[in-house]
Amino acid sequence: MIRGLRIEVHEVAENILEIKDLVVKYHTDDAVIHAVNGVNLTVKKGETIGLVGETGAGKTTIARSILRILQTPPAKIWGGEIIFKDEDIMQKTEKEMRKIRGNQIAMIFQDPMTALNPIERVGFQIAEAIGLHNKISRAEAERRACDMLEMVGIPMERYNEYPHQFSGGMKQRVVIAMALACNPELLLADEPTTALDVTIQAQVLEMMQSLKEKLGTSVILITHDLGVVAQTCDSVAVVYAGEIVEYGTAEHIFDHTAHPYTIGLFNSLPKLDSTEPRLKPIKGLMPDPTNLPKGCSFCERCPEAMEKCAEKSPGVTEVAPGHFVKCFLVGGE
Amino acid sequence: MSKPAKKKSGLSETWRQLKKNKAAVVSLFIIIAVALVAIFAPFLAPYPYDEQNTKRALEPPSEDYLLGTDRLGRDILSRLIYGTRQSLQMGVVATVIAAVVGVIIGAVAGYYGGWVDNLLMRLLDIYQSIPMFLLCVTLAAVLGPSLRNAVIAIGISMVPGFARLMRASILTVREMEYVEAAKSINASNARIIYKHIIPNAIAPTIVSLTMSIGGSVMAGAGLSFIGLGVQPPMAEWGAMISDARNYMRAHGTLALYPGICIMITVLAFNLLGDGLRDALDPRLKN
Amino acid sequence: MGRYIGKRLLLMIPILLGISLIVLVLIDITPGDPARIIAGSTATEEEYEQIREDLGLNDPLIVRYTRFIANSLRGDLGKSFITKRAVWPDMMARFPYTLLLAVLSTVLSIIIGIPLGVYAATNQYSWKDNLAIIASLFCVSMPAFWFALLLIQFFAVKHRILPMAGIEQWQGWVLPVVSLALGYASIISRQMRSNMLEVIRQDYIITARAKGLSEHKVLYRHALKNALIPVIMTVGTMFGMSLGGALIAEVIFSIPGLGNYTLTGLVNRDYPVIQGSVLFLSALFSIVILLIDIVFAFIDPRIRSQYVRAKRRVREGT
Repeated sequence: MIRGLRIEVHEVAENILEIKDLVVKYHTDDAVIHAVNGVNLTVKKGETIGLVGETGAGKTTIARSILRILQTPPAKIWGGEIIFKDEDIMQKTEKEMRKIRGNQIAMIFQDPMTALNPIERVGFQIAEAIGLHNKISRAEAERRACDMLEMVGIPMERYNEYPHQFSGGMKQRVVIAMALACNPELLLADEPTTALDVTIQAQVLEMMQSLKEKLGTSVILITHDLGVVAQTCDSVAVVYAGEIVEYGTAEHIFDHTAHPYTIGLFNSLPKLDSTEPRLKPIKGLMPDPTNLPKGCSFCERCPEAMEKCAEKSPGVTEVAPGHFVKCFLVGGE
Repeated sequence: MSKPAKKKSGLSETWRQLKKNKAAVVSLFIIIAVALVAIFAPFLAPYPYDEQNTKRALEPPSEDYLLGTDRLGRDILSRLIYGTRQSLQMGVVATVIAAVVGVIIGAVAGYYGGWVDNLLMRLLDIYQSIPMFLLCVTLAAVLGPSLRNAVIAIGISMVPGFARLMRASILTVREMEYVEAAKSINASNARIIYKHIIPNAIAPTIVSLTMSIGGSVMAGAGLSFIGLGVQPPMAEWGAMISDARNYMRAHGTLALYPGICIMITVLAFNLLGDGLRDALDPRLKN
Repeated sequence: MGRYIGKRLLLMIPILLGISLIVLVLIDITPGDPARIIAGSTATEEEYEQIREDLGLNDPLIVRYTRFIANSLRGDLGKSFITKRAVWPDMMARFPYTLLLAVLSTVLSIIIGIPLGVYAATNQYSWKDNLAIIASLFCVSMPAFWFALLLIQFFAVKHRILPMAGIEQWQGWVLPVVSLALGYASIISRQMRSNMLEVIRQDYIITARAKGLSEHKVLYRHALKNALIPVIMTVGTMFGMSLGGALIAEVIFSIPGLGNYTLTGLVNRDYPVIQGSVLFLSALFSIVILLIDIVFAFIDPRIRSQYVRAKRRVREGT
């Protein structure tokens, strides 16, 4: 008997990156810092996902773990899988990782002032990345580096100049050119605009957006600025004390905010149309990463905390298709 | 329930960090031991340092003379013990003199700036154009060989280092934002100097001072070695090495003991200085 | 850039004038009296006074100073009180030995020190690093003259592989150079190590790794070059210091160099020798420092552009 074949056609967006249960700790002389505590994250091909959180939440650690460029003493990856294009890169050898870094996964760092080698010419630093991953002549690498410079809006006559001869915004463009030079499939942008003026910020973001569309790159954008997230991100993951407490599309997070922490973040933003006399920050500080509390890590600061929040850590609940929250208020058993 | 981190005071925090560095702690004990030997030398030494017994010259270690005797029959052990006085004096006194003078000059230059700074820096330039050891030797020769003059010579030759260090520290701290912040809440100049500038400028000076003591001890030994420092019959390690030089063929180990003493003392000060530097500068910690 | 060099050379003039003034003043306050030494114990009072007159010791400081400067410009640095020979030619005959000693020991210390420092930094938490640190601390704390004597005792006296003193054969240079080089090498290796450690923590090193560079390339292409820059300054200062510090080595190994000459002059209160040597060595030191600064500017593009920018500013009249 042939039943009616129901052919379901949905857009299967490929996942370019899947992080499963990542745990990273830093071992110092004084104590052990629990930086990342069981993070699960998926990045779809071609999407920009924002990783939002306060300083010290563990966002940079997550990004550096993907590329495996953590300082290994004192950092140590205690567990988890990172599946990139169907392969677990935690299992790869250093040699294999080097073929991936800069080539298939690239990173942009926060401080453009210190991200470039001060005694090497800017063009060379880009060409070096190109020449490393492509079997081409030096002249060809230089030519492509010039193209990259033009692509980020820097005249290629400046190829032979040194980093200190550029302004902050232009340095960041060089860093972006360097990262995108080999056309990576995944770009990790660690607070790329935090150190820049607001006007330059807008320019750089716009440039990143257009490049991303042109090259089809997936982006993990780390930031603590919700405004930037609103402008550029398709999905958002909210990070707190080494965990992802809320994840969903930008619409989910902005219009249907569920986790008390995320709600607190939005409430603490100054609003132009409000007449409130004082700002509303989230009370308290992030917990000491060397001494994380039992139970939910946001419990102490949460205005909606219940008794069970201090006892157990909540599980993840899917409050809407694709919208995940880690809180007892919405389920979490 | 996580607690906020406890606030630690500067001095005790430094001590706590220093304690972690075993080498530095050992060095501290060694230095204290050397100092005690110097203070209690007459009680510790079996013989006076200048008692000669030519009949028993150049003897190897024996029951009477635990480390043997030198060319005039003097007990080497006793001379080593008394030698701590000379070396510590040359080391510590010379360095402290240099540090005090240098810090004052550097502080004046750094704080007032302008033509005062310019003038002092030009003078320091002239000063520093003469290689340090050459200056030391010249001064020692010119003033006349003696312990006191060696101390002065070494001290004078070390002044520019401290002056520039102090000046640089003050210039850096002056420009730091927390000084601006203090000014903006109307803190008085004196308070700024006392609470911000001095503590931050002092740390590198202390490190430099400790390391320089090692250098001074060596310079002093060097001066005595060529005859321009401590004069006979005073016991000094460098002079003892010089004495032993002519007898090295037959008595190879004669020069060994004083050299080892110098090395241990200088090493201790260097290790302590290293440890202090690591403990005082949080940025250098991993 | 040329302007900078010119300015620095010009600045050397007041410095040299200052040094000669200091030296003259110092000699004035000296307790010893060269005329007395020359006259000996048997001279009469008139002979003694005549000697003082001849040596120009009775003239006031200003006169002696200007005479000295004027003569120096003509290349005449006076005659030694003791040997009656002209100072300048004697100094020039001896200078090559001191220079060779300084150069050889500096070069050897670089060859040993830099790789050692890099090695220690790249093996930071292992026993290799600790060993290297301890070894260099030991060498730094060891008096060079004592080390020299130990070397002589071992290599020359006990085993007769190398000569005890004298530099007629090339073997005679080995021990003096090694005894000096070891101390300098430790200083360089310590500095190199701490520079490397600092550079390795910099952001641009992480960037280099994130580009996919092999650790080897990261270290040698990016980290080492940056770490090396401050070390150049140290090497220069040390070379300069070795010009003065080689003094003791020359005494121990009987090397007929400038250091030996200066020391003899000091002990004998031979004013012209003292003045000439101190002035010459100080001038040399200043030139070495200037050369180092210039090399610095060439190597570090940040410093280079400071001078280029300044020049441009001057040309554009701002």
